[in-house]
Amino acid sequence: MNWTSWLLWGFASTVVLTSILAGSQGIGMTRMNIPYLLGTIFTPDRDRAKFIGIFLHFLNGWIFSLIYVATFHALGRSTWWFGGLIGLVQAIFVLAVALPALPALHPRIANEQYGPTVARQLEPPGFLGLHYGIRTPISVVVAHVIFGAILGAFYSIK
Amino acid sequence: MSMEQPKIQDYAIIGDGRSAALISNRGSIDWLCWPRFDSASIFGAIVDAKIGGDWSIRLSQDSQTTRRYIDNTNVLETEFATSSGKIVVTDFMPVTSEEQKKKRLWPEHELIRWVKCEQGEVQLIVDLNPRLDYGRVAPKIKDTGKLGWRIYSEPYVFTFRSEIEFGRSSAGGLSASVALKPGETVAFSFTFSSEGPAVIPPLGDLVAKKLELTIDWWRRWAAQGNYDGPYRRQVIRSALVLKLLSYAPSGAIIAAPTTSLPERIGGDLNWDYRFAWLRDAAFTVRALFGLGYKDDADAFVNWLLHATRLTRPKLRVLYDVFGESPLAERVLDHLRGYADSRPVRVGNEARVQLQLDIYGEVVDAVSHFFRKQRRLDREMQKMLRQCGEYVCEHWREPDSGIWEYREEQRHYTHSRLLCWVTLDRLLQMHERGQISGIPADKFRDARHQIRREIEERAWNDRLQSYTQLLEGDTLDASVLLLALHGFEDATSTRMQQTHRCVRERLVPAPGLLHRDEPSAKRREGAFALCGFWEVDFLARGGGSLEEAETTFRQALAYANDVDLFAEEVDAKNGDALGNFPQGFTHLGVINAALSLRDREERAHKLDRQS
Repeated sequence: MNWTSWLLWGFASTVVLTSILAGSQGIGMTRMNIPYLLGTIFTPDRDRAKFIGIFLHFLNGWIFSLIYVATFHALGRSTWWFGGLIGLVQAIFVLAVALPALPALHPRIANEQYGPTVARQLEPPGFLGLHYGIRTPISVVVAHVIFGAILGAFYSIK
Repeated sequence: MSMEQPKIQDYAIIGDGRSAALISNRGSIDWLCWPRFDSASIFGAIVDAKIGGDWSIRLSQDSQTTRRYIDNTNVLETEFATSSGKIVVTDFMPVTSEEQKKKRLWPEHELIRWVKCEQGEVQLIVDLNPRLDYGRVAPKIKDTGKLGWRIYSEPYVFTFRSEIEFGRSSAGGLSASVALKPGETVAFSFTFSSEGPAVIPPLGDLVAKKLELTIDWWRRWAAQGNYDGPYRRQVIRSALVLKLLSYAPSGAIIAAPTTSLPERIGGDLNWDYRFAWLRDAAFTVRALFGLGYKDDADAFVNWLLHATRLTRPKLRVLYDVFGESPLAERVLDHLRGYADSRPVRVGNEARVQLQLDIYGEVVDAVSHFFRKQRRLDREMQKMLRQCGEYVCEHWREPDSGIWEYREEQRHYTHSRLLCWVTLDRLLQMHERGQISGIPADKFRDARHQIRREIEERAWNDRLQSYTQLLEGDTLDASVLLLALHGFEDATSTRMQQTHRCVRERLVPAPGLLHRDEPSAKRREGAFALCGFWEVDFLARGGGSLEEAETTFRQALAYANDVDLFAEEVDAKNGDALGNFPQGFTHLGVINAALSLRDREERAHKLDRQS
C-alpha cells in the first residue's frame, strides 16, 4: 500500500468528483446537491448543511478511494480504464441501491407512502436519483468514472 | 377591453423578498415568476388570460369579494360572500428570520393559500393551470401520491400539495371541488426548488405556524419604522410594497414586479419593469431613511455601490437584481398582452440609453446616506470623484431623459438639473471634509455653468415657466423637482410661475399630473408619481399647508382598495395603468408624506413660538 500516493490521488480524485457533481447542478443537468443531501442528516439549516455536507463528501471520497486502491493491489494493476470501470460499478450501486435506500437512513427525507411530516420534508431521490432530474444518472456515472480513472491512472501500486 | 379580465387595480401583491405574485379580487393568481422577479412566469394570465396560466379559488355561486392586508403585513385576506355562506382566503408567501430558518426545513419558495369557511355551507372550486416559460409550455403534471403533484421544468421542480383530492382538468391542469362547513379549513401549498432534495412541506398545523411566523416577521419589519405623520396607513403600505420589491439577497429594489401592463389600454407602451433603476436611488434612500428603515437603506446603498462598481465611471440606467445588465429586450409574440395590449416585452432596451440624470441620483443618494459620517472610505471617494469627472465631461450632451423616450436624444432640463446635483453634492461633501482630492474649482465652475444654462435656456419667458427642454416650449412635471433638489426655492417667483403653468397644462383631474405635454396630448394616463411631486413641492413652501394636504388626499384617492398604486392613472375613470404595483409611485407617496410631516412640524413650532 502506497499511503502517500493514496492520500494525494484520493484527495485529487475527490476534488474532481465533487466539482463535476457541483458543476452539473450549476449547468442545470441535475438538481441533486450531494453536500446538501448529506448535511441535512445533521441539521435543517440550509447553509450549515451544505458546509457539513462538503466535509462529509470529501471524507466519503477519500474512504471510498481506499476500496479502489485495495482492488488495484488485489488484482495487481492500476490503469485509468480499470479505475474507470470500478467507478462505473460504484455509480450503478449508488444510483440503484444507495439512493433509493436513503429515506430509510436519512432522518429528514420524506416517505413516499406516507408523505411529508414536520420532521421529514425532503424529497426522496427515487430510483437512479431520477426525482432530482432525468439527467441525474448521467452526471453521477460521469463523475464516478472520472473519479476512478484518475485514481487508476495516477495511483502507484509500487 | 375584455369583460373577463380584471382591471389592473383589481390586483394585490404578495411576496417573499425574492419574487412576487399578483392576486385578483376574484381569487385568481394571475402572475408569478420563480425563482426571481425577472424569471419566466408560471402563472401569467395577466398578460394572456387564455394561455398565460393561473391558479383560481372561487365559489360555485356568484359572490361579493372584499379584501385587506392583515395590519402591517403583506399577508392578503380575500373574503367571498354569497347568500349561502362566506369564506376567507388567506394568501401569503412564508417568510421568517434566518434564525427560524436554521431550526426547520424551509422551501426555497412557497406560496400558501389557506381557505376558511366562516359562515354557512359553500362549494369551493379550485383550478390550477400552470404554464411554463411565459405560457409557452403546458407542462406535464406528475402525480406523486402523498408527495403531491410535481411539475418538472429542468432544472427546477414545482410541487403542489393540498388537503383535498385533485383530478386532471380538461384544460390540462388540476381541478378540485369541495363543500365546506363553518369552521372547516383547507390549505394549498405551491413550492419551487432548484436543488435536490427539494423541501416538500406538510400542510395541517404547519400552515398555521408559517402564517404566524410570516405575520410576525412583517410586523417586526414594519415596526422598525418610526413614521408617525399624516396618512400613516398609506405610508406604511408603501413601505411594505417597497420591501416586497426588494430582492433580499442583494438589496436591489426593482421598479415593479410585472412586465407590459399597458400605459394605454390596447396600446404598445408596454415595458418590462422587473429591474432596478438607478434613477430611483435618491428617492429610495430618502424614503427608507426618512421612515427609519436604516438596515434596508444600508442594503440598498451596498447594492448600488456593488452594481455601479462594475461599470463606472459610466453607469447603466438599470441593472438586474445582482447588478448585471439585463438581457436584451425581446417581444413575446405568442402572448396577447393585458386586454389585447401588444406587444409583451421582456428585458428593457433603456439599458443601453444615455441618461445623464442617474449620476446625480447616485451621488445624491450617497450624500444623503452618509451625511453624518465624518469621512468616506477611499473606494467610495474614488467612485464619487469619477461621477463628478464624468459629469464635467458630458453634461452638455443630449440624452434620453427621465421618461426614456426612444426617439432622438435631446437636451432635457431634468438631466441638466441632476448634473448640477452631482457637482453640488460633491462640493458639499468636500466642504464637510468627507471627500478629498476632487478638482473643486473645476467642479464649481461646471456647476456654475450648468446653473446659468438652466436659468437662461430652460426658462421660457413667453410661458413664464421652466420647460422640459432647453430652449423648449413644452411643460414637464419634472421641473417641479428643481425645488426638491434645492436648485430653486419653492417660494421663488420662477417656481411659483412654473407651478401655475404646470397646473394649467398638465392637471387632468385634481391630484393627478401628466408627466409632460406630449403624453397629455397622446391621451396617456396621468403619471401617478407626478401628483406626489406636486404635493412635495407644495409642502416645501410652494403652496400652503392646506393646499399640500388637499392635493395629497386627492392623489391618494387613486390608490386601489388595498392602497396600491400603478405607474399611471386613467384620468377619465380613475383606472390604474402600467406596471403594478409601481415602486416609484410608492416612493412618491412616502417622500411627499415626509415633506408634509416636516411642514406640519415647522408650522407647529411656529405656532408654539408665537
